Amino acid sequence: MAARNETLPATAAQPDAPNTWRNLRRCYGYLRPYWKATLVAYLATLGMNALSVINPQLIRSAIDEGVGRNDISTLAWSVAALLILTLVKGVFTFLQGRWSEVASQNVAYDLRADIQRKLTLLSFSFHDQSEAGDLLSRAIQDVDRIRFLTGRATLRIAESVVLLIGTAAILFWMNPQLALLAIATTPLLAWRSLSFGRRIRPLSLAIQRQLGVLTTRLEQNLRGARVVKSFAQEPAEIERFDRENERWFEMSAQSARLTSVNGPLLNLIANIGTIFILWYGGRLVIEQQLSIGELVAFMTYMAQLVGPVRLLGQIIPAVAQAGAAAERIFDILDAAPDVHDAPDAVALPPVTGHVRFECVSFAYGRHQIFKDITFEAKPGQIIALLGRTGSGKTTIVNLVPRFFDPTSGRVTIDGYDIRSVTLASLRAQIGIVLQETTLFATTIRENIAFGRPGATDEDVIAAARAAQAHDFIMQTPQGYDTYVGERGVTLSGGQKQRIAIARALLTDPRILILDDATSSVDAETEQLIQRALERLMVGRTTFVIAHRLSTVRMANLILVLDKGRIVARGTHEELLKTSDLYADIYHRQLKPRDHASP
Amino acid sequence: MGLAFGSSGAGFGPRGAIESFGAENAGAAYNPRVVVRLLAYLRPYRRHMALAFVAMLASSALALLTPYLIKLTIDEYIAVGNLEGLTWIAFATALAFVGSFIATAGQQYLLSWVGQRVLGNLRAALFRHLQALPLGYHDTHIVGVTVSRVINDVAVINELMSQGVVTLVGDLLLLGGIVVVMLSMSWQLALLTFVVLPLMVLVTWWFSRQAKRAFRETRSRVAAVVGDLAEDIAGMRVIQAFAQEGATHQRFDRVNVANREAHINAMSLSFIFLPSIDFLSMLATCIVLFFGGLWVTQGQVTLGVMVAFMSYVTRFFQPIQELSRLYTTLQSAMAGGEKVLDLLDTEPTVKDKPGAPDMPPIRGEVRFDHVSFRYRPDAPLVLRDVDLTIQAGQTVALVGPTGAGKTSIANLIARFYDVSEGVVRIDGVDVRDVTQRSLRRQFGLVPQDPFLFSGAIADNIRFGRPDATDEEIRRAAKQANADVFIDAMPDGYQTRILEGGVNLSIGQRQLICIARAVLADPRILILDEATANVDTMTEALIQEALERLLEGRTAIVIAHRLSTIRNADMICVIADGRIVERGRHDELLQAGGLYRMLYERQFVTAD
Repeated sequence: MAARNETLPATAAQPDAPNTWRNLRRCYGYLRPYWKATLVAYLATLGMNALSVINPQLIRSAIDEGVGRNDISTLAWSVAALLILTLVKGVFTFLQGRWSEVASQNVAYDLRADIQRKLTLLSFSFHDQSEAGDLLSRAIQDVDRIRFLTGRATLRIAESVVLLIGTAAILFWMNPQLALLAIATTPLLAWRSLSFGRRIRPLSLAIQRQLGVLTTRLEQNLRGARVVKSFAQEPAEIERFDRENERWFEMSAQSARLTSVNGPLLNLIANIGTIFILWYGGRLVIEQQLSIGELVAFMTYMAQLVGPVRLLGQIIPAVAQAGAAAERIFDILDAAPDVHDAPDAVALPPVTGHVRFECVSFAYGRHQIFKDITFEAKPGQIIALLGRTGSGKTTIVNLVPRFFDPTSGRVTIDGYDIRSVTLASLRAQIGIVLQETTLFATTIRENIAFGRPGATDEDVIAAARAAQAHDFIMQTPQGYDTYVGERGVTLSGGQKQRIAIARALLTDPRILILDDATSSVDAETEQLIQRALERLMVGRTTFVIAHRLSTVRMANLILVLDKGRIVARGTHEELLKTSDLYADIYHRQLKPRDHASP
Repeated sequence: MGLAFGSSGAGFGPRGAIESFGAENAGAAYNPRVVVRLLAYLRPYRRHMALAFVAMLASSALALLTPYLIKLTIDEYIAVGNLEGLTWIAFATALAFVGSFIATAGQQYLLSWVGQRVLGNLRAALFRHLQALPLGYHDTHIVGVTVSRVINDVAVINELMSQGVVTLVGDLLLLGGIVVVMLSMSWQLALLTFVVLPLMVLVTWWFSRQAKRAFRETRSRVAAVVGDLAEDIAGMRVIQAFAQEGATHQRFDRVNVANREAHINAMSLSFIFLPSIDFLSMLATCIVLFFGGLWVTQGQVTLGVMVAFMSYVTRFFQPIQELSRLYTTLQSAMAGGEKVLDLLDTEPTVKDKPGAPDMPPIRGEVRFDHVSFRYRPDAPLVLRDVDLTIQAGQTVALVGPTGAGKTSIANLIARFYDVSEGVVRIDGVDVRDVTQRSLRRQFGLVPQDPFLFSGAIADNIRFGRPDATDEEIRRAAKQANADVFIDAMPDGYQTRILEGGVNLSIGQRQLICIARAVLADPRILILDEATANVDTMTEALIQEALERLLEGRTAIVIAHRLSTIRNADMICVIADGRIVERGRHDELLQAGGLYRMLYERQFVTAD
C-alpha cells in the first residue's frame, strides 16, 4: 500500500545530523515550562562542584597545617568544616537529583500525553498501517530515552565538564607539572569508556533482539503444540531452539568478555595515573617543592574525577540514541491527520438520517479502492452492501463517520457536506457495530455506557435487554460490574457482539453502521444476535455489510459491489432476477448457511 | 569525599546502585533444597568456578595490599627521602595494580561466562522437557506463563548462581580483610572508625527496603501506562466511532500522573540515600583525619597509616552494598527457582513404554474398543464406552454439540492423551505399545485455527518433513490450491509470515495448513474444520483441496461443513460422550434422530 502523508516513515538507520540536532533542541523545549525546577537542579550542581573542589583543600590543610605543624585547632576546624560542607553537599545532591527528576518526569509526562492525544486524532489510515507494539515502544521506551536526556544525562555532562575544568584549574594553581601529569590520564579514560560504550550498545541491542527471537520461537512452539506433536516434529523444534539459544549464548559471552575487561581496565588506567602522581609527587615532596598534604589532595582530586569521566563514556552514546528516539516520537506528533475539523466547521444539528453519496471515489495512495459511487439512503432505510473481500464495501461505510475522507465526490447527511461539520457532532449521531468487537478492560456496565458515560443504570440495563445480553450478563460473577478482559471474565465472540450492540443502542444513533458477520457462534446465539440487530435497526438509517440472508431480505436497497464499482442495485427479489453475480453469491454464500458449529 | 586510591570493582560507587536495588520480585523464603538442586547445574563448570575463585582470592588480596603499598611509599620512602626506593615501590605498586586488573577481569569474565552458559543450558533443558510433556499440559497452561518461566525466571536464578556464591565469599573476605588490616595497623584508630560501619549497614538496609517498595510501585505504574495506551490503540476505532477521545484523555492522564509521581518518589528516595552514604563515608574519613592526625602529632601512628586508613575507609561501602544486593537476588532467585524446578519436575502423563518398538507403516484401520476417557482423574468422563471401527481409507465425520467429545476422540487416536479405560488400536496395535514419535510421524493435522509459525511460507509447508525439496513444496502447494496466491506474493515461497499469520487472510492460512498436511503425506489425517468466515471463492478452493487431501487416507473430520459431511463414509453423531447415531448422511436424515435436528437447526437457518 502506497504511503500516505500520515503513515509513519521507517526510521532511517543513520539519521542525518542537522535533523537530529533540531529534534534534540525540540526535546529540550519541553523543559521550558519546568525552567524553575531545571534552574534549581543546575544551581545545585554548581554548588556541588564548588564543594568538590574545596573539600580536598580542607584535607590538605588538615594534614599540612594541622598534623604537619601540630596545630590541633586547625585540624579540628578543618575536620568540622569538612563534615559541614559534606552535609551541605548532600543537600545540593538531593536538590539536584529531585528537581532534575521532577523536570524530566514532567517532560516524559507531557510527551506521553501529547502522543496519546495525537493518536486519538489520527484517522484510520494511520492506525491501519501502524503496529501497536511499535507505537507503544515509541511512547514508552523512546520517551524514557528523552526523559533521561533532558534530565540526568545533560546534568551529568554539565557536572562532569564543570568538575573537570574546576579541578584542572585548581590543580594547575597548586602545581602545574603535577597537574599536567594528573590530567594526562583523563583523555585516555574518556576515550576508553566512549569506545566501550560504542561497542557494547549495538551488542546489547543484538542480545535483546536475539532473546526476542528465542522468546518468539518458544511461544510459537507452545501455541502450536498440537501441530508440533501431530507431525512429530519435536526433534526439529529442539534443534531450532538450540540453534537460536546458542546464538544468544555466543553474543552474551562476547558481551561478558567486553564488560568484564572494561571496568577493571578503567580502574587500571586511573590507578596507574595515581601511581604517577605518587611517584612524581613523592619526588617533589622529597625535594621540598610540595607538601605531603598537597600530594594527598592531588590524589583525592584524581579519585573524584574518575567516576564522572567514566559516566560520560556511558552517557554520550545514550545521547546519540536519544536523537533516534526523538525522531521516532516526532514522527507521531508531526503526522498530519487526514481527517480533521475544517476551520469553519459547525456542529451538525440533530439529523433525520438522509444520507447521500455523490460520485464518491476513494484511493489508498495510488491504489483505487472504489470509484464514482452514488446512492441515497432515506431516513430509516436499510442499505445492504454485498461483495467479495476487497470489493470496497467496508471502506464505503467508513466514509459516513469520516474515518476516511473521499478522494473525490462528497457525502452529505440531511444536505450537510459531512466535511463541513465537526467530527464530534457527526459521530455522536452514528452508531457502529463491527465484526471484530473491541471491548475495554473495564466493567460490562462501563463498556455498554462507553458512548454515553452519564447513562443511568436503567438505561444500561434496558439497552442490554434489547441487545439480548441481559441474561448472560446476570450470570457473570458480578453482573454489570464484572470486569471483562485479562483481569476479568473472558466473553465469547457472540457475547462480545451483543455487548457491542447494547453499546450502540444506548447512544440512540440516527445512523447505524454494522457488520453482521458472525463467526463460530452456535445457532441459538446466532438467533439472539439476529433478533438484537433487528431491534437495533428499527427507525434508523442503517448501512449493513451483509452476510445473512435475513438481513438482505429486510434491506430497502442492496448494493452489489465488484472491483470498486456498484454492479447491481435493487431489492432481493429484483436482484435475483437481474444480477448473475447476486444470484451466484446468494446460492453459494447466503442460501445454505453452514457456518455454525454442529 | 575521601581518598580512593586503587579504586576497584563497582563502577561509580553508590550511584550505580540506585536502580539495581529495585530489581527484584516478591521474594520467597530461603530453601536449601532449591539451592542445592540449582547448584548442580554448575557442576560441569567446576573448573571454571575454581579458577574464578582463585582469581577472586587474588583480586581481594591485591585490593587489600595496594593501600598498604601506598602507606609504605609515604612512610618508608617519601618521609625518609629515599628517591631511588620511591621509584621501586611505585613500580611494585603499579605491578600490583596490573595484577589486580588481570585477576578482577578474569574473575568477572569466568563468572559471567559460566552464568550465561548455565542459563543457556537451563533454557535448553526446559525446552526439551516441554517437548516431552503431553498435549494435556499445553492445553491447561497459559502460554505466556510458561514462556516467562523459561525466559525470565531462569535469568533471575542465573544471576544468583553465577555471581552469587563467589561474590558472597569475595565480599565477606574483603570486608574481613579490611577490618583485619586496619586493626593490625592501628587497632585504636580502627575501632574508632568502625563506629561508622553499623550505621552504613543500617542505612543500606533501610534504603533497600524502601527502594524495593518504591521501585515496585514504579514498575506497576509503567505497566498501567502501557496497558492503558495499548487499550486505546486497540480500541481506537471504537473510541473515534463513539467520539470518546476526551474520556480517554482523562483516563490516560490519571495513569500518566501516577507514573510520574511514582518515579519522582522513588528517585527522590535515592537522592536521600546517596548523600547519606557520602556523609557516612566522610564521617569515617573525618574520624581518621582528626584522631589519626592527633596521634600522628603525638607520634602514635605514622602519616602513611593515616593515609592508608582513609583509603580503606572508602572501601567499606562497596561490599556492604553488594551483600545487600545479593540478598535481594537470593530472594527473587528462590521464587524463580521453585517455579522452574516445578516445571522440570512435571512428569509427562503420556510416556513411551520402556523398550517400546516403532510403529510399522500404517495401513489405516482405527478401532476403539470400549474406550472411556476423562481428562483428569477427578474430572467427569468425556467419553463413555465408545466402540468404533474405521476401515483403512475411510473418512469419518464427527458431528455433535460443543463439548460432546468430538475433539477427545481425535485426541485419543493420535495418543495426545491416554484412554482411561479400553484400548485404541491402529492396524490392531495398541497405540500405547509403540513409540509416540513413530506413531505420529504417520499422522497429519489440519487444525481448526489455521496455525502457522512465523517464518517463510516454504518452511511452514515443509514443517512435517524438514528434508522436503523446493520442488516437492511447490507440488504440495499446488495440490492444496495454495500455489496461485503464493506465487502472487512478492517473495513467493520465501515470503515471511508474521506472528499470528496476520499478513495472510484466514483462507490463505487454511490453504497453507492443507499444503503442510499434503506434503507430510500422512496415513491418518485429523481434520478439525475451520469455522471462520471466508469468501466464497476461497471457500471453494479450500473444499477442493480438502477433497484431494482426504483421498486414499483414513480421515477423522471434526465436521462443521455440510459438504464434508455429505461425502463422509460414515457420520458419527456424538452426544454426551457417546456415539448416539452412525451412518451415512441420507440414512441419518431419514432416521429422523438427533442428526436431523442438528442438520435442520444449523445448516438451514434463515431460509
